Amino acid sequence: MENLDQLLSDAAAAFAAAADINALEQAKAVFLGKSGSVTELLKGLGKLDPEARKSAGAEINRCKSAIEQALEARREALRSAQLEAQLAAEALDVTLPGRGMGRGGLHPVVRTQERFETLFRSIGFEVADGPEIEEDWFNFTALNTPDNHPARSMHDTFYIEGAKDVLLRTHTSPVQIRAMQAHAAKFKDSASMPELRIIVPGRVYRVDSDATHSPMFHQVEGLWVGEDISFAGLKGVIIDFLQRFFETDELQVRFRPSFFPFTEPSAEIDFAFMSGPNKGRWLEIAGCGMVHPNVLKNGGIDAARYTGFAFGMGLDRLTMLRYGVNDLRLFFENDLRFLAQFQD
Amino acid sequence: MQFSEQWLRALCNPPLNSEELCHLLTMAGLEVEEVEAVAPPFTSVVVAQIVSFEKHPNADKLRVCRVDVGRGELLQIVCGAPNVVEGMKAPCAMVGAKLPGFEIKPAKLRGMESFGMMCSADELGMSQDHDGLLVLPADAPVGASIREYLALDDKKITIKLTPNRADCLSLAGVARELAALTGTPATLTAPLDVAVSHAQQRSVVLDAPEACPRYCGRIFTGVNAKAATPDWMKARLERCGVRSISAVVDITNYVMLELGQPLHAFDNAKLSGAIHVRWPQAGEKLTLLNGQEIEPAANMLLIADEARALALAGVMGGEDTGVSDDTTEIFLESAFFQPDAIVGRARALNFSSDASHRYERGVDFELAQRAMARASQLIVEICGAAAGPVVEAASAVHLPQRKAVNFRPDRARKVLGFEVSDEAMLASLSRLGMCTANAGAALQVIPPSYRFDIEIEEDLIEEVARVYGYDNIQPLPPKGPAMMLASTEATRPVHRLRRQLAAQDYQEVISYAFVEEAWERDFAGNVDPVKLANPIASQMSVMRSSLVGGLVGALSANQRRRASRVRLFEVGRCFAKDAAGLPVSGYSQPVRVAGLAWGPAAPEQWGQTSRRVDFYDVKRDVELLLGGRAEFVADKHPAFHPGRSAAVKVDGTVTGFMGELHPALVQRYDLVSAPVLFELDLEQVLAAGVPSFAELPRHPAVMRDLALVVGNTVTADVLLSVLRSAATGIVREVAVFDVYSGKGIEPDQKSIALRVMLQHAERTLEETEIDNAMRTLISAAERELGGRLRA
Repeated sequence: MENLDQLLSDAAAAFAAAADINALEQAKAVFLGKSGSVTELLKGLGKLDPEARKSAGAEINRCKSAIEQALEARREALRSAQLEAQLAAEALDVTLPGRGMGRGGLHPVVRTQERFETLFRSIGFEVADGPEIEEDWFNFTALNTPDNHPARSMHDTFYIEGAKDVLLRTHTSPVQIRAMQAHAAKFKDSASMPELRIIVPGRVYRVDSDATHSPMFHQVEGLWVGEDISFAGLKGVIIDFLQRFFETDELQVRFRPSFFPFTEPSAEIDFAFMSGPNKGRWLEIAGCGMVHPNVLKNGGIDAARYTGFAFGMGLDRLTMLRYGVNDLRLFFENDLRFLAQFQD
Repeated sequence: MQFSEQWLRALCNPPLNSEELCHLLTMAGLEVEEVEAVAPPFTSVVVAQIVSFEKHPNADKLRVCRVDVGRGELLQIVCGAPNVVEGMKAPCAMVGAKLPGFEIKPAKLRGMESFGMMCSADELGMSQDHDGLLVLPADAPVGASIREYLALDDKKITIKLTPNRADCLSLAGVARELAALTGTPATLTAPLDVAVSHAQQRSVVLDAPEACPRYCGRIFTGVNAKAATPDWMKARLERCGVRSISAVVDITNYVMLELGQPLHAFDNAKLSGAIHVRWPQAGEKLTLLNGQEIEPAANMLLIADEARALALAGVMGGEDTGVSDDTTEIFLESAFFQPDAIVGRARALNFSSDASHRYERGVDFELAQRAMARASQLIVEICGAAAGPVVEAASAVHLPQRKAVNFRPDRARKVLGFEVSDEAMLASLSRLGMCTANAGAALQVIPPSYRFDIEIEEDLIEEVARVYGYDNIQPLPPKGPAMMLASTEATRPVHRLRRQLAAQDYQEVISYAFVEEAWERDFAGNVDPVKLANPIASQMSVMRSSLVGGLVGALSANQRRRASRVRLFEVGRCFAKDAAGLPVSGYSQPVRVAGLAWGPAAPEQWGQTSRRVDFYDVKRDVELLLGGRAEFVADKHPAFHPGRSAAVKVDGTVTGFMGELHPALVQRYDLVSAPVLFELDLEQVLAAGVPSFAELPRHPAVMRDLALVVGNTVTADVLLSVLRSAATGIVREVAVFDVYSGKGIEPDQKSIALRVMLQHAERTLEETEIDNAMRTLISAAERELGGRLRA
């Protein structure tokens, strides 16, 4: 039976020598084919006596299955080598850039507006909107701004040609009146009026143009009217907002008495960062106060029963402070090199 | 208002340093804008006298002085100033003195020793004046520190006053406020009037008592108009930002700064008869002190005599009757004019004056006599004048009334949201000069005559809070019912639309809402735009009715900056005249969204050939925005290429347009090549609808392709609508997947390849049904469009 061992080692050597599947199949034929060595041995069994045939047959079959195993192992090795080669050939330069469309982005002031809205919506403020061509009554008179107030002069306000008392709104505050009127009308038959909480982001216009003023800019107005609204609450909301907006508690905030026709008491709000390039500098950020009773009345709201607070700030200024933009005019020049800096 | 800190401290001097004082004022609503030292820090500069001097032996322009600095021994000092006079007094920096930027050491100048330096104002950092030594008065004490002698440790404080606080437009006013805030009493004693030493007087007639309810006048004789203004007064005026002019004018300015009462001095010799305070007569003219000749408008109150108009009341005096060096008699006016009678008048004439600034905002109507007494004191003392009796004309019924204001402590606590006792609030109000009296649960509070801003309870609440300190009110998160906000699914938030456009490779821009008139004509065909009455510039004179102009402008600006690919969008209001417009009658103000794409369709990149963005690329973007609701109809638009322009419809209504910019505009606006634009009504774009469920089909769909040859003029839309209306029930969808013209197709024809989806709801389709359905489609195309099946 040495020749069976020899046969197995010959087969193993022949399979190992086969470089590809075709060569392996040819080598297989030499041993396992119709006239292969193993087949020939099996054919030769008939000449043996039954006893010897049984044991020799078993020997040959062991050898055959060993050869088949060697064949299968070699097949597997060749297959995986072939796959390896294919995968190696298909490899990409993964460092090349991705393909497809580019992406745009939001204007930085709008980015700020969206964050502002998100923060105030989280405490129940709705976003309100109003016309930009506005009536004098809503922009000034209803806001307790008397006829001879300097803000009404031609020097500050854009007026519409050929129309009496029609102008470009100089602030977002007229929307306060429109919103209060709508709210009061909606609940005029109810025993009590639900609270009104709105913010009003939008474009406003003033006859002013230099390095720090643009004839069109963005404001956001806030208004909260209810039965239990106080100046302490106003302070709470503003400080909360500034900390959330600038994402730091390291802020100093101060409220200074000031004067606006539409609020009483009135305050101007300054804040200072406790670190960074503006550290320790008081920065004016907003005007605010308790809504003047005349303004509540003009909004159709009972000033004896309800109080409210209101505030207004510049979205452009918030944006400048948030991102360190140093020139207001960049917001309106639409230079893609600038705007692209604010993409997500 | 600018004032000297030391002057203020002379009236009220709380134990606070300058910084604390300024902080206190700021936090009380008198915002300190600027604090400037009168002189920079320096040491060892004293009053010195030049006893004698001689020419420097080796230098023409230098002198060798012998200087007395009060140390017994005279110092030798070399000095180059041109104004050296024997016996003069001037500041001397001694050896060891530290001046701004340098230190004084013993020196040799051209061989002569010098032990100190005689100083100009410039060298002490006090002014730019370096014409010579700073000349000190003859009585200046030799050896005294110059800082003490000239009170140079003073600061100039500028406060920004809100228009309601006219009562603080004087040193007395600020001192009064400071006293209320700190409890340190202010020394504001009423001046005693001077002795009347002659009987000359001029009667005063209030012809317009509603505008001028009080007018005091007094004649001074023997006035030395050339008298020098005392140095202390000059220094105070200068530190308040007022230039010294002449003794009489300086005195009127000084009293105005001190007490807040504007005064005017007339040359009495040039007046005739009684003084009338009246409205102008037709055709009357007046030349003001600033040289401006005016014809006063009907609402400009005048001071007149019996012959003519003399002055614009409360605004400015007249040139003819002003005080000059030759004046020997003056008529001094101290009056109260109602704010309404003065406001806006100076501005209408394009100037402002210290007097009008104060009268517009409100001058204490009880101050006229007191200010007259104070000014009289100074005129008698400084100009050696003799004072006549004061003539006062007043109309009590027209004087402002200070009505009692109801004040409920409970209400104050509720509005402010903090606990403070009744007593503390009352004490604050009393300190502010308010009279308080009990009236049941409320208090009656009468504000003082100098406060024009206390009319309602809220005004008093603010005063209480101010004195208490806004900073001392603890912030509290407000309490309110926790109610959810409405969130309408059928309307997308505008920010989601913005994010979608950004994801579709558009960058948001913001353009001015006022544009050039030509833009409206060119890009919107609008010849009657909404115009501004007072535009800031001609290229910003009309309101936009479309966003297209702004986007093209931004494209052009970015092309000039060498951008090679530009994709922009804007969301903004547009404006048009519209009789039915709301809420402001006469104008429609819809918010629109517009986009512009120019340059390569995709960013420059490897492995992909570049092509220019075209109509269909942008059409896809619009389709994505409108979520399959959009319908495009060929339509002309003034901004667009007539063959590449479409109206965009949603539910049959035109909601916007899109197209390629007209080649003529590409040329006119100097663009590199044509961009493709769209503009849509925002409301329609945001209306997204709520999804609804439909049962899924249980049987497989069959797809069949079909190529039809039709004339070139047949649009895809027309073909599809013919096929769809002819289609039998099992045809679920017909869509274009290719368009071909060229080899094998006649030049005036094109082949449109379609994919047809067929499906039955209840069963699997049979081959014959499918063939029949397809034949129906083909014959509809043959019959209605002259088309044929492509071979």
